[in-house]
Parts: sequence; C-alpha cells; structure tokens
Amino acid sequence: MTGPTHKDGLTDGQRAHVAPMMPVERGNLPPLRLHVPEPPARPGEQADFTHFDVPPAGSAPRPDEASAPGDMRDMAYGLIRVLDADGQAVGPWNPRLSPDTLLKMLRDMALTRAFDARMFRAQRQGKTSFYMKSTGEEAVSIGAALALSRDDMCFPSYRQQGLLIARDWPIVDMMNQIYSNRGDRLKGRQLPIMYSAREAGFFSISGNLTTQYPQAVGWAMASAARGDTRIAATWCGEGSTAEGDFHSACTFASVYRAPVIMNVVNNQWAISSFSGFAGAESTTFAARAIGYGIAGLRVDGNDVLAVQAATRWAADRARANGGPTLIEHFTYRVEGHSTSDDPSAYRSAEESGQWPLGDPIARLKQHVIALGIWDEERHAAMDRELAEMVRDAAREAEKNGILGHGLHHPMESMFEDVFEDMPWHLKEQQQQMLDEWKAAGL
Amino acid sequence: MMAEILTDVSADTQQMTMIQAINSALDVMMARDPDVVVMGEDVGFFGGVFRATAGLQQKYGKNRVFDTPITECGIIGVAVGMGAYGLRPVPEIQFADYIYPALDQLVSEAARLRYRSAGEFISPMTVRSPFGGGIFGGQTHSQSPEGIFTHVSGVKTVIPATPYDAKGLLIAAIEDNDPVIFFEPKRIYNGPFDGHYDTPARSWAGHPDAQVPTGHYRVKLGEARIARSGGALTILCYGTMVHVVENVVTAMGIDAEIVDLRTLVPLDIETIEASVKKTGRCLIVHEATRTSGFGAELSALVQERCFYHLEAPIERVTGYDTPYPHSLEWAYFPGPVRICEAISKILKD
Repeated sequence: MTGPTHKDGLTDGQRAHVAPMMPVERGNLPPLRLHVPEPPARPGEQADFTHFDVPPAGSAPRPDEASAPGDMRDMAYGLIRVLDADGQAVGPWNPRLSPDTLLKMLRDMALTRAFDARMFRAQRQGKTSFYMKSTGEEAVSIGAALALSRDDMCFPSYRQQGLLIARDWPIVDMMNQIYSNRGDRLKGRQLPIMYSAREAGFFSISGNLTTQYPQAVGWAMASAARGDTRIAATWCGEGSTAEGDFHSACTFASVYRAPVIMNVVNNQWAISSFSGFAGAESTTFAARAIGYGIAGLRVDGNDVLAVQAATRWAADRARANGGPTLIEHFTYRVEGHSTSDDPSAYRSAEESGQWPLGDPIARLKQHVIALGIWDEERHAAMDRELAEMVRDAAREAEKNGILGHGLHHPMESMFEDVFEDMPWHLKEQQQQMLDEWKAAGL
Repeated sequence: MMAEILTDVSADTQQMTMIQAINSALDVMMARDPDVVVMGEDVGFFGGVFRATAGLQQKYGKNRVFDTPITECGIIGVAVGMGAYGLRPVPEIQFADYIYPALDQLVSEAARLRYRSAGEFISPMTVRSPFGGGIFGGQTHSQSPEGIFTHVSGVKTVIPATPYDAKGLLIAAIEDNDPVIFFEPKRIYNGPFDGHYDTPARSWAGHPDAQVPTGHYRVKLGEARIARSGGALTILCYGTMVHVVENVVTAMGIDAEIVDLRTLVPLDIETIEASVKKTGRCLIVHEATRTSGFGAELSALVQERCFYHLEAPIERVTGYDTPYPHSLEWAYFPGPVRICEAISKILKD
C-alpha cells in the first residue's frame, strides 16, 4: 500500500512531504511563471490612464431591447456614453428625459454627496463607528433608480445609498441607522449604512459580498412564477464578481430567464486591490454576461444619462420577458473604501483627478446649464440648501442618540427577532443578562 | 410526550415509508398553500434521487416544482430571495454533505435576515436534506452536519425518526416563519434500522409509527418524543440512532427511557430534564463526529440542570472525529456494540 521504504525509513509519499520541493526541468522549455497583477500606479507614482481609450459619446449603437444576447456581444466591450465633453446629450442612447427628471437627478446626486460628507464627518467626530461614501459614483444609483419603477425590488450592495435618496426615503431615518440610536428601525443591530427599507423596495444589506445576487434572482424568479410585473435589480462591486454567488446568480438568471438587472459597479478598487485581481486585465466585467448567454452592457458610470438609459433598456427587456441583463458601470472610487482605510497608502494620489470620465454631478450640471434650465447661481443655492438640510437632519437624528452614548434600544431587545417567537434558551439568556446587570448595580 | 395532532382533512391513515411520508407532507402543503415551492437538483420531472418529490411537478406544475442548476449556494440564495418576495420555498440539498457551498447563504443570510432587518424581511424556508451514514456512501454521502447548524443563531434544526414524525414535523417546518434545516436520516427512509448491518433490511410495514394520516397534521417543533419509557437510564438520541438504541435496549433487557429529540433547536429541555432527574443517568448517542457535536451541548445542559440528580458520569457514543470511511463504515458507525458498552458502564457506577 505505501510503496517501498527508503534507507531513511520513509516511503516515497512521506519523502514528498519532507523533502524540499525541486522544480522539474523539461528540455528547452522555459520555466513556468506566475502572473501577479500590479496596478498601473502606486503611491508616489504617476497615474496613467493613457491605456484607456475613451470612446466618443454617442458612438455606441443601441440594440433593440428584444435582441438575442449573441447578437449584441460587442456591447460588453464598448462603452455607452451620452454626455459629451460640451455637455450635450448625443447618440441613440440619449434618454431624452424631461427637465424635471434631469433636475431631480441632479438634486439627488448632490444630496447624496452632501449626505456622505456630513456622515463621514460624523464618523470622524466619533458619533458612529463606520461610514462609506459613494463620491464619484452617485450616478450609478441615481440613474438606475430613475429608470426603475418604484415598486421594483432593489438588492443593493453597500454603496447604493443613492437608491434610497432617489426614492425619497427620509434621510433622518438613514442617519438614525448610521447612529444605531433608539430611532433606528433596525434596532442598532447592523453596521452603519447596512440599511433595510422594505417600503422603499430596498432589501436588507448584508456585509457578506454578493450574497444579494442570487437573492435578487430568486425574487425575480418568484415574480415571474407568479405572473407579476415587478422586476428585481441588484448591485455588486467588480471585486466581488469573483464570489461564487455571482456565478451562481448568473447561471440561475440565464437558466430561468429571470427578470433581473445585475449591476457591476466597476469603481476599479476593492479596498486596496485594483480591478486586476477580479480579472480586469483580461476582459471587461460586462463580458462575463457572454459566457452565460445573457445580455451585457458596458456603461460610462459617471454619465447619469447613460446609466438611466441602459437601466431602462434592461428594465424594458426584463418586463417583456426578455430575461436578465448584466450592466457594468465603469466608474472610479474617488474616496477610500470606507472610513477604515487610507487610499494614499496603496494608490497614486493623482488617480482621482486624472480619471478621464470626470465627475457625474459636474457633467450633468454642465448639461442642464447647456439646456438653459439651470445656472451656476441656482446650483450654488441648491448646494447651500442641501448642506443645511443634512445638517438639520443630523441634528434631528442626534436627538435620538449617537453610537455609544446610551440612547440605544433596550438591552433586552438584543434577543428579539432571532426567531419569530423567542425560544426558552434565548429567554433564559435574556433573563440571565438582566439579572447579572442588576446584581452588578448597573 | 404525545404529538400535537391537528387534523383538518380526515382521520384516514395509511402505511407509509419515511420517503412516502415526506412526499405526502410536501403534497399536502403544496395543495394548501400556493406560496409553497419545491426546488433542487433532480427534484422536478424525475422526483428526486430518493423519490421524495415524485409526482409533485406533474401535479403542481413547473412554476412550483423545478430542477435547479448544481449550485447549492445558488439554490439557497434564490430561496432567500423567493422568501423575501413572499413565497415559502422548500429547497432540497441532495445530500447533507453538499450543503457546505450554501453555508454562507444559510448562516449569514437566511438565519439572520429577520434579525438584521428587525423583521422587515424573513426567510421562511425549509431546507430538506438526507443525512447520515449506513448506506456505504463514503465520506461525501454520509455526514451528519447538524452540529454546524445548531451552533448558528436563527435557524431551527429538525430530525425525524419515524414516518409519522417526518410528515408532521415537515408540515410544521414549512408552516414555520423561520428557516428550518430538516435533516432526513436516509438510512431509515425505507425501513427502521436496528444497527445490525449484516442482517436483512426491514421495511416500515407493520411499524406503528408508519401509520400516517393522509391529510394535514403537525408535530410541533421543539417537542421531544419519549420513544420508550423507563427508569434505569435516559438515552438522548435522534434520527436513525433512535432505532439502533431501541434495539440495543430491548436486546439487553434494560429499562431505559429513550428520548427522541426530534428538534435540536429549539430543544425540548423540559422533557430531557424531567427524564434525567427521574433516572439519574444519561447516555447521549449521535452519529455525528464527537468534538463540538450536539452531544457536547446536551451533556453541558444535563450537567447544568441535573447535576445533583446524576448517579454516574454522562456518557457519549458518537461517530469518531474522522471523516466517514467507506470500507470501515461499520467500525465508524456508533452501533450496538458501543452503545451496549456505554449502557453497561453507566449502570455499573
């Protein structure tokens, strides 16, 4: 069974475990080598986007919503862009939105940014444990929200606060969650920004990445099985497309032609890992769709009109039983991953400024000014108004408490909602906790 | 303890194997509740590799009973989403050994959804999965991973030992608004097992617990069953091991009290406590590996609550802390020899 024993008393198999591993040479063949990706620029180095060829706005064709996935594979490698450098909306993807919708988008993006600024500062002031900004990526959520119906179900990742803002969810409620205070509907159980808002069609956010993908597909399958008309949409980052859940979800979505929109927010950084560690050196993320035989679109994620138009295309397709669409939103994470990391420790400080697709708010602002429905003065007034609005909301939320200052849900609430009915062992642990605190005089 | 019986169709009973009882539970629930959907690998047209879902797709259609891709992560993730929509999914994981790719969706998602959303979203799914050894399944078709799930807050873990309980517990699990892991002891799907692998297999025919009501009834989750009353010692067990233990006790002529736990979480601590206080001796038997197994929790609970009533140390007979070995299956299986030894040891003290 174990083979011959050598003089050292070991068998071949045992030797293999204790002997130093010696490479095997094979004639003239060069030795194998391992490719470990490296981003174009690290701290102190020159950021370089010259390799990124920005296709002109309006150049991407717009296939019919009923197109077979196999007939539109090029869409996964191009880039849908509507807003050009002069702020004009051009080409077949121009959604021709009403002035009211354009200005609502502008305001929602600006409110998201003001909200982020305020909550980031609150974390730095010690009022909460954690925060995640979406700076530079506001268009991804706002554009999608304006293209979906309000009763379509969203399964977001952690950087889609813009969905709640676009659906006019009260920002005081969001802040209560961030402060984990007594006004927090989630009873202080979730890390800040892991919202849940059923009434806004916003699924409970998990901290485990891409778990929401198959869940969204399941929701969409249920909707289809029931003959409903509502569809589902989900978001993940490019880094977590590597998770098995992503691929399970794509398979299910393809197999059952589920009415779901799967968004990959390619902001190029997963904490300190650049998109190369998710496979970006070899292909696009939209191209993942091709292997699954589903429609794939690649969009300028900093162009809110392109995001809106692509999402509407996918929503119309899904609602007409055309099945799922995978949309890659190509954008850039301007800030750190969260309040817990310092991007200057792992990437070039210049990257953000040199990112060629610009800033989504500035680009839409330029467009609405060019249309003659907006001006600098009104924009400045709006920014002031929004800053005051989030300041007032934060003060309101802080009346319910900030993290670690006692105004939380009662301690015994910790044991609620584990199950629908509390079983004896949780009741016992709850009572024990209360008795111990009482005995300790607390 | 008598099962809670809530029959609403008829008092008709029929002899059923555990597989037939499970199939009947699914049939009854699909007929009663249009939100119940059955999904899993091979469960549709074919009716499942163990036939538990036979005929359901033909009866209820492909929108409610469907085959899935081979991704347990996807199956459970999709079931979470369907539950959020308002359906009541009953996914099948073909073997409990295959459940690990779905662990994140079960442990981090289904189990915590109610808690993390403060009740906004729930995950009312029942995950059915055949578990346990005794069929020469080797290391990937024999495991008993219940202890992984009893360690997780927010899921219930249920294991039937008879056709009657299998149907009543499965109906109660499907109607429950929390996620339930429903492990089916596949060695006793088609007949009780006395632990003697070298004797001819028995069928459920004639077994009193194989007389199963054809209609709807529940066996309440969280209630144990006294499989045999006695005063000499208490034996805590579940699933296949209930039958192995019954046989050993009969062969030895010992007046043991055999408690079939039926639900591990939430556990029927009252029945356990009353029994051990009565007998003063406790043996725990399970097929799963020993270290951090559910027997460890049982042992701790009995010690905490019954210490001054104990007349002998609590003993455990379990699977060894090794993978399930194919050719040495019957050396691994906690069979009659080991159970007999343990009983003798407990009674000697």
